[in-house]
Amino acid sequence: MILEALMAAAFVGALTVFLAPDEWAGRLSFAISLIPFVGSLYLWSGFEAGGNALLGGEIAYATQIEWLEVGGRSVSWFVGLDGISLPLFVLTTFLVPLAIVSAWTPVDSRQSQFYGLMLFMEANLLGVFAALDFFLWFVFWEAVLVPMYFLIGIWGGPRRKYAAIKFFVYTNAASLLMFIGFMSLVFALGDSVSSFALPEIAQAIAAGDLGTWFGIAPDRLALFAFLAMFLGFAVKVPIVPFHTWLPDAHVQAPTPASVLLAGVLLKMGTYALLRFNFTMLPDQASMLAVPIAAIAVISVIYGAMLALAQKDLKRIVAYSSVSSMGYVILGLIVFTEYGVGGATFQMVAHGLISGLMFMAVGVIYNTTHTRMIGDMGGMADRMPVTVGILVAGAFGYMGLPLMAGFAGEFFIFVGSLSAPSLPYAPVFTALAMFGIVIVAGYLLSAMQSTLFGPFELETDYDVGPAPFHDVAPLAVLLVAIIVLGVAPDIFFEMIRDAALPVVEGVTING
Amino acid sequence: MVNGLPGVTALLPALLLAVTGLALLLVDTVRPDARSNTSMAVVGAIGSLAALAASVWLTASGGVSPDGGAVLLFADAVKVDTLSLFFTAIFASVTALVLVAAHDYFHDHDNPAAFYSLVTFAATGMALLAVANSLAVVFVALEMVSLPSYVLVAYLKQNRGSVEAGLKYFLVGALSSAIFLFGISLVYAATGSLILADIASASIDGLAGVLGVGVVMMIGGVAFKTASVPFHFWAPEAYEGAPAPVSAFLSSASKAAGFVVAFRVFTEAFPLEMAASANVDWMLAFAILAAVTMTLGNFAAAVQEEVKRMLAYSSIGHAGYALIGVAALTVDGPANGTVMGAAMAHLLVYGFMNTGAFLFVAMAERWGVGRTFADYAGLWRRAPVASVAMAVFMFSLAGLPPFAGFFSKYFLFQAAIDNGFLWLAGLGAINSVVSLYYYSRVVKALFLDDPASPSALDAIDVRPTALYAAVIFAAVATVLLLPGFGPVIETAEAAASALF
Repeated sequence: MILEALMAAAFVGALTVFLAPDEWAGRLSFAISLIPFVGSLYLWSGFEAGGNALLGGEIAYATQIEWLEVGGRSVSWFVGLDGISLPLFVLTTFLVPLAIVSAWTPVDSRQSQFYGLMLFMEANLLGVFAALDFFLWFVFWEAVLVPMYFLIGIWGGPRRKYAAIKFFVYTNAASLLMFIGFMSLVFALGDSVSSFALPEIAQAIAAGDLGTWFGIAPDRLALFAFLAMFLGFAVKVPIVPFHTWLPDAHVQAPTPASVLLAGVLLKMGTYALLRFNFTMLPDQASMLAVPIAAIAVISVIYGAMLALAQKDLKRIVAYSSVSSMGYVILGLIVFTEYGVGGATFQMVAHGLISGLMFMAVGVIYNTTHTRMIGDMGGMADRMPVTVGILVAGAFGYMGLPLMAGFAGEFFIFVGSLSAPSLPYAPVFTALAMFGIVIVAGYLLSAMQSTLFGPFELETDYDVGPAPFHDVAPLAVLLVAIIVLGVAPDIFFEMIRDAALPVVEGVTING
Repeated sequence: MVNGLPGVTALLPALLLAVTGLALLLVDTVRPDARSNTSMAVVGAIGSLAALAASVWLTASGGVSPDGGAVLLFADAVKVDTLSLFFTAIFASVTALVLVAAHDYFHDHDNPAAFYSLVTFAATGMALLAVANSLAVVFVALEMVSLPSYVLVAYLKQNRGSVEAGLKYFLVGALSSAIFLFGISLVYAATGSLILADIASASIDGLAGVLGVGVVMMIGGVAFKTASVPFHFWAPEAYEGAPAPVSAFLSSASKAAGFVVAFRVFTEAFPLEMAASANVDWMLAFAILAAVTMTLGNFAAAVQEEVKRMLAYSSIGHAGYALIGVAALTVDGPANGTVMGAAMAHLLVYGFMNTGAFLFVAMAERWGVGRTFADYAGLWRRAPVASVAMAVFMFSLAGLPPFAGFFSKYFLFQAAIDNGFLWLAGLGAINSVVSLYYYSRVVKALFLDDPASPSALDAIDVRPTALYAAVIFAAVATVLLLPGFGPVIETAEAAASALF
């Protein structure tokens, strides 16, 4: 019941903060958000399960209670963690308190609603990673959208309405497509499944129970379902060409919302891809390996090129997320131990690094009130600590060894170079590696012109060092990134344990 | 304890509503002026909540008869079973919400007694409709619902829109009543009976044509009451012109009353086998009506500029969804009971979310902020709790997952697919996507848009406590019906399965 307790803490906390006065909503929500964090550390320390939750592995901290039964299929409250979901669960509980602290300076109106929504979103995010029943998962998955819609739409930048609606429409349309894809699988399984529990469905598909449905043969149906779900999740990740909502949402969103959007919400997409597409339908995935790998590499290169062309620091970080997510897709599609494991590791690493970058840009914006590269220069003079951490984070992005980004990308490349199921794997890997060069290019040039050199900024604001509570979360994130880079095994071992059954599910053709 | 007085106990919910109506008249006799407003609301709310409690208790205690089956009374003219109790629970809940909300809406009216008692008597008619097992009782009960409704729509005597809407509703209603009654007479001519079970077992040699025409005419009557195509066109006018609590009552409770007729009469009097063998394919007729109704309702709602009118069209769209319950049926279909049960569950959830939405409009009318989407801009700055409740209603009506409307709609579509009606479910899904557009416009106006002028929100100068209570209660119910959907759908499925 500990998972439920942590989610309930966030949920009840959200209600409490909604009712709290604005003056101390920020502090109160921070204190409340520490409960899930401490709890998740406890979960982590006691985690002993092995294998993949969907493929017959041991499920840690599982609870299964029947919720309702309709038409011969039951829906249950079914939550639990395995080596893939636990790191993301911990990532969420870790990032939320930091994001809340980063909101203390910029959010100056309707604080109790703001922090309430943050905690409400945390409760649902935890649900997304813990849920093992399709309906439960889908309820959480959609429930995440609602607070994000309001966070962008109410506290966002000048074009917040447009960005919020675009975000809502894109992700909802994608959800519908994915829902139809998954449901067609459930209907085609017919009587061979009696619930919406993901493990049961995954194992039924693996056992070849898919039947003909409305005259559609199982193979075609599985392919249709794979494509529908892939497109649905591709919007969420996002993968080129479905990425256009992301820069709008990021640039308009307030910093703390950006941190969670890049740090956790994008991972929902890649996590779902891994759980649904690649775990349940590995044969369809390996059949489409070449196009998917191509899309991944295009996302890496194109996202990086777009970042190269931006003048707004936040847009640069936003586009580079598109690029980083391309690596994750590449890691997933190669179906090797290191590929899938590295992709999962990269989800966590990118969550930390992009969170750091968005926060650092936010801290600079708080003092300068601009994010345009051309407007400022020599920020290192005035804000040495912030800039120092930002530079360190950027090097993490570029994949500096001994930082989390390096470990993630290294695992992915190791995995993809030796991919047995992906033709031309070395070519794809080499092209993707080239993306790092572009990343280094735009990050270095952006830093060069804004952070170093003589200080220049036309402003009436007093530009000085950021307050302690702005810098502290940055420092904490940097420490986490380095720890994860030095000792990737703290997560990678359990991830590999859970990724191996996925890799073994694929039949290698040719 | 049910054994002792089966008749009275089984009819307890309907009797409680009737007694409440009479008690309201009594209160009015004792204190015949506006001062009685509060005591009326209290009496009405207590009475309808008692009816709700009675129907829930009778359902939960394992049915109305010792063996869990139905209770037949008055020479089989009345049949109390889980289906009737389920619908009575919907009527009673909506009535309670509307009566509580009316306390603030009619705070400055001279004689609110008429309103409270008419609503309660209409609810009594609905409860009677739910237990009607004879076409004669069906017709009488239907009129018992309709006559107070006409008056309620025209309740604002000084308001041209209200009077015009009442007249239009009355004319269409009278016409459709006549058609329905003529249909009943043709059915009687063909079968020689008015009791549903006897109609089903009557031999209809050579009279299938007469029966068919009768059935089609009865479908017309159902279409009127549920505001479905082709008798839907009174609904936007009536819902828009009527006082908002009345719109809430008509579009939630009265619509559900139309569906209880459709669900019981058609499956019991004209069973699926008979419909197939005698070529009276009312399922197909309902399938076409469902498809047209949901499409027309949703697309018309998408182009409205006034929130209340949008809600009126959206309620036509939801009638289309609920019609799937009598459309997606086949002889020996594997999910007949499930599809009708899901439609019933949808009507229950809809009862809360739609009533809540109309009551929010009632609150806006009480404040006088205006009628269009633009007039609602930025309301959440002054009325955050009510606005959040409205957002819950809108997202739930659209069928977004964190709310009960998602489950009720999903299981309806799932059951339709299980019964082989993929096209109907697909059309429903497409319509749901369309509906997200216009429902989210309300949310956008409330939360994202800036008020037209800084003083636009000054109209919100009162906190109508009772209206707030009703809206918040409906919102809480809409949210809690998601985790609590299990008992609802299981009861509904069992009730509907008993019909086949």
